Amino acid sequence: MPSRQPLESSLFVTCIIDQFYPEVGVSVVRVLHRLGVAVDFPTDQTCCGQPLYNSGFTREARRLARRVIDSFAACDYVVVPSGSCAAMLRVFYPELFAEEPALLQQAQALAAKTYEFSEFLVDVLKVEDTGSTYRAQATYHPGCHLLRELGVREAPQMLLQQVGGLDLKGLPQAESCCGFGGTFSVKYPHISEGMVADKIDNVTSTGADTLVSCDMSCLMNIGGGLARRGLPVKVRHLAQILEGEEASG
Amino acid sequence: MAEVKTRDFYPASAVSIRDPQLRRALERVGTGFDGARREAIDEVSPEVWEGWRDEARRIKEHTLEHLDYYLEVLYDTVTAAGGQVHFARDAAEANAIVAEIARRNDVKLVTKGKSMVSEELGLNDALEDMGIEVYETDLGEYIIQLAHETPSHLVAPALHKTKEQVAQLLTDHLGVPYTDDIESMAQTARQALREKFLAADMGISGANFLVAETGTLVIITNEGNGRLCTSAPRIHVGITGMEKVIPSLQDLAVFLRLLPRSATGQRISSYVSMVTGPRRATDEDGPEQFHLVIVDNGRSRLLGDPQLREALYCIRCGACLNICPVYQKVGGHAYGWVYPGPIGAIVSPTLVGLDQAPDLPQASSLCGACREACPIRINIPRMLLHLRHKLAESPEPAEVSAGAGGKLLARAYAHIMSRPGLLGGVHKLGRALQKPWAKGGKISSLPLPLVSNWTRSRDLPALPSRTFREVWRDELSGQGPDSLTPATRRQNPGED
Repeated sequence: MPSRQPLESSLFVTCIIDQFYPEVGVSVVRVLHRLGVAVDFPTDQTCCGQPLYNSGFTREARRLARRVIDSFAACDYVVVPSGSCAAMLRVFYPELFAEEPALLQQAQALAAKTYEFSEFLVDVLKVEDTGSTYRAQATYHPGCHLLRELGVREAPQMLLQQVGGLDLKGLPQAESCCGFGGTFSVKYPHISEGMVADKIDNVTSTGADTLVSCDMSCLMNIGGGLARRGLPVKVRHLAQILEGEEASG
Repeated sequence: MAEVKTRDFYPASAVSIRDPQLRRALERVGTGFDGARREAIDEVSPEVWEGWRDEARRIKEHTLEHLDYYLEVLYDTVTAAGGQVHFARDAAEANAIVAEIARRNDVKLVTKGKSMVSEELGLNDALEDMGIEVYETDLGEYIIQLAHETPSHLVAPALHKTKEQVAQLLTDHLGVPYTDDIESMAQTARQALREKFLAADMGISGANFLVAETGTLVIITNEGNGRLCTSAPRIHVGITGMEKVIPSLQDLAVFLRLLPRSATGQRISSYVSMVTGPRRATDEDGPEQFHLVIVDNGRSRLLGDPQLREALYCIRCGACLNICPVYQKVGGHAYGWVYPGPIGAIVSPTLVGLDQAPDLPQASSLCGACREACPIRINIPRMLLHLRHKLAESPEPAEVSAGAGGKLLARAYAHIMSRPGLLGGVHKLGRALQKPWAKGGKISSLPLPLVSNWTRSRDLPALPSRTFREVWRDELSGQGPDSLTPATRRQNPGED
């Protein structure tokens, strides 16, 4: 890849990474740079609108969706370090504008060039070995939207398997929801807590010291529960592992 | 109609989630039923399975698209076979039809096979009010009838009961010595019910499918009780929803493959009973009368809404319940009406009224596991979103008990998120205000509405000193791709 003209990507960083986990965005940029990909960050981006869409506020969600469509209109590739937000852009935007032909066309154009981070690496860059080293005992939690809206099952694990020093352990009931579900987590806290408790039990049963996911929303939920229980399991976005900075060498 | 308690979802779920016996009972759902379903799919291979799903969905789409036609065909074929077809607009009408059949024929004792539609209608109460004795004969239904409860699962109505609770019920009601040996308990129930089968004047069954081509009612059971209900008494009343019709016997084949595997992981159920009309002159036994009661009771509303119509494709296998992380936590009764779980969260609000069940579409993380498990690929998450949209647009959003002033919040959110500068300001303000609560990069308690629902059991990350966009502006915006290829990196790990 780097020997040819560098690919131009545009980062839709997601509001949760922008506001809470800027270091994850930095890792995404560094990994892409290392793989020879140029990264642009349209600075007027904010939220994809999913919290509104999922709560039924379609009109307000459309308002934010139109901003994203405009901000990324001129880009070649949109890279999203979240399965959930990528699903919003790729799957739900076209549904949101199903009855507005002009906007639908723009939404479909955006959908066609939008990739979740791991998917971009494996499917577009054709990279499985990012050349990183990260010494940890890790287990991987797949986000529900990544799995079931985007159908991305293998890519993150293929990337993780190539990381030097990483001992990847299978997570029991990996495909069960962690209980985040956006506003669900605060509207029905008792149910959400029960779900995250099961997830935490499964994570700790692996003996892993690091939980990896492609969604910081899941990791905020599971990590928040782990921290409250005083359990020494770190949560890391896939990009942080692939950057390999923390535990390498 | 059966009592509607869907408004109580929030408090009911908060209670049921803490019930240790229920938790134990619900453990069987995920590992038992769902595990068996997965094994059954692996056995036929996922490719074959997907082909069956495609075919079943096509049949359902086609039939529901032409439902009026197939109901007319069914009417003609059932009538030609000597049966009588009754159409009921709502629960009251359906109950009145069955009551009238019972009255005309001087019915004193009724045995019933498992029927969720009869649960929906509250048919037992209606018949008992006339002084008729009604006995459920499906073991699970029999147990909850003894306990004066309602089903908590589409396939396993007494799933919420532990075997010790069942043993106590049998002792209390039948006066048998206490034993929690499942084989002995089944034998006890079998003996008690056998007398009723022989004495019954009327047998009531549900229907898994109605075959339009032949006028055949199909029931799929594991206990054989259904067959006894439809054959031993002198009158057989089949009662079911209007969506159960399929065009032909040919179409039945794929559903016989899908339903048992999806429900319990069985290749086929122990019994598949196919009933066409009452006994013929040449038959040695069978009922003298066959009545088919086809119930609407709100299903037209589903049929008429293109976004919700596919809820009528449901074959009541329960796979979506078994895989649902919410159902696995709260069980079936919390949903407050006959149909629990993900499909119930669509069907109940539509049949009893969205204003009566505002929580049900909201109480989902939209994880999509239900759609993946559904043998008909019913897109439950999309329908939940559709119902949420209806709720959000309704003039009284406060109806949603967990909604908490949703519309204002949504507008404020959209307003801030439309202005990156304002978002930056809000972040800075938050960073200043969080100081008393932020310790070691995290917040363990924040006394704000909704946020406190998070922090009561989970830490929240404190807002960092810079947002990503600030880091980008300060450090990253001028940087470009590295000249080193990944391969070079691999050879020089020291540079990481």
